[in-house]
Amino acid sequence: MSKLSRDDVLKLARLSRLKLTEEEIEKYRTELSSILEYVQMLNAVDVAGLEPTYQVTGLKNVTRDDEIKPYQAKPDDLLKNAPAVYEKQFKVRRVL
Amino acid sequence: MKAWPKIADIAEKVQKGELKAVDLVRQSLKAIENNKEYNAIISTVEKRAIERATEIDKRVAGGEKVGKLAGVPFIAKDNFLTFGGKTTAASNILRPFETPYQAAAIEKLEAQDAICIAKANLDAFAHGSSTENSDWFTTKNPRDKTRVPGGSSGGSATSVILGIAPFALGTDTGGSIRLPASFCGAVGFKPTYGLVSRSGVVAMASSTDVIGPLAGNVEDAALVLDVMAGRDALDSTTIERDKNPYTKLDEKIKDKKIGVVKEYMGEGLEPGVRSSMEQAITKLKEAGAIVEEVSLPSLPLALAVYYIVCPAEVSSNLGRYDGQRYGHSAKEAKSLDESYEMSREQGFGAEAKRRIMIGTHVLSSGYYDAYYKKAQTVRTKIINEFAEAFNEYDFLVGPVAPETAFKIGERSSDPLKMYLSDIMTVAVNMAGVPAISVPASESEELPVGLQIIAPQRADRELLAIAKGFEDLK
Repeated sequence: MSKLSRDDVLKLARLSRLKLTEEEIEKYRTELSSILEYVQMLNAVDVAGLEPTYQVTGLKNVTRDDEIKPYQAKPDDLLKNAPAVYEKQFKVRRVL
Repeated sequence: MKAWPKIADIAEKVQKGELKAVDLVRQSLKAIENNKEYNAIISTVEKRAIERATEIDKRVAGGEKVGKLAGVPFIAKDNFLTFGGKTTAASNILRPFETPYQAAAIEKLEAQDAICIAKANLDAFAHGSSTENSDWFTTKNPRDKTRVPGGSSGGSATSVILGIAPFALGTDTGGSIRLPASFCGAVGFKPTYGLVSRSGVVAMASSTDVIGPLAGNVEDAALVLDVMAGRDALDSTTIERDKNPYTKLDEKIKDKKIGVVKEYMGEGLEPGVRSSMEQAITKLKEAGAIVEEVSLPSLPLALAVYYIVCPAEVSSNLGRYDGQRYGHSAKEAKSLDESYEMSREQGFGAEAKRRIMIGTHVLSSGYYDAYYKKAQTVRTKIINEFAEAFNEYDFLVGPVAPETAFKIGERSSDPLKMYLSDIMTVAVNMAGVPAISVPASESEELPVGLQIIAPQRADRELLAIAKGFEDLK
């Protein structure tokens, strides 16, 4: 389970939206496999009766009123880093 | 090292008009200039710093009240969004990023009239233990230029030791404040999860990321924490602060029950680190603490848990860097999909890619239960062991790392070997408890940090004990 094939790496790269070079594919195949091998030690751990923990301080469903409040940044400030803007909107390449 | 006076003393002199904030800012900028060879700083926010200092001096001259950090210069790790310049997280993908808003922690410090001077180097996106993963340059250890400062807050720790500023901000997801503090000889404090708002800080692993100070002494770290701590509507994971100020450090070492973590004192500990720990334990005993060995048998599993949970959260948090709204965008891409792929391929360094792909793997259907869910369940086991230990002991102690600062280049070719640097710090993050690295004795002229760990929300008591330990020298 911990040894990745070339196809596994290509699939992960695709899911991650990373276009890897030829050298990177082999490099990550080896490196990711060794990391996955290291974490295999958890397989042997007995966790009977235990639940997973996702939040450590016990907070649950922190809510607030749905109100618009002024903030440091204005819409124009947030758009100034965009590679392309069209009428106060992010402009992207066509989807369809 | 040119040590600064205590932060409270600097601020008092500025408040009284005996020191000018502008001169403090200039002193800090000069220290940056004089220490360029260490690569601690990515960029300065000089113009804004001088403007703010001038304004503070004017208010003092006009008899107005100024804040409790009046005129105190500080350095922010470059994953904190700050006005007056760029915020890059030491990554190529954020290289062009002009900061549109400022981190809540910075806002709180500025409200008390502290002055941000510059942005410190880090491993890109805080992924690393040495700053060698920075897309800019490697920071050099202030005590030995051939060695790493530790990471990921390596530029912050180095800045404090070089005397660039009296304190610096860092982030700690798996040890990134404590490790560089230990390797450089600074005090580094990792608060309880949620004690300081992370709004405006570049996210790494959201279930463990915390913000904390690096400083020259415990009192300074406590004062900085006191200004930053508490609930914030912009970060819904934040918790209530202690009802006492974090500067109230009146707890004594005498009669405290302290457990020495057996798993952190085993084989693999450098002899110099071991003897440093033994000396620290002797001192604590002499000061009247009851010190015993305690076993938390699941702690050695924490690194494996971390290297599933952290990449999983990293892969999710780094999904936002898509080249469409901010950051690097591949101009030559022909389609939207190509734009995503090329922007990310060009903008992310090797470690970010590694973590994104591992995270994607452990979260993918078919592997989720075996990796992610299993890791989060072992996490519960680690939390339970901490809880049991804290039923018996007030604090736990051990080294921050099994070694002192390693040589630049020694580990950078083997990611797994680099990950092992965090073996004694990550369990604390998985449990959300606070911990501090406070300088113990040295080993072959390199600093060694004593790690003291406390239960959740006992941040103030922890700082008090750390101060008690510091005073024993």
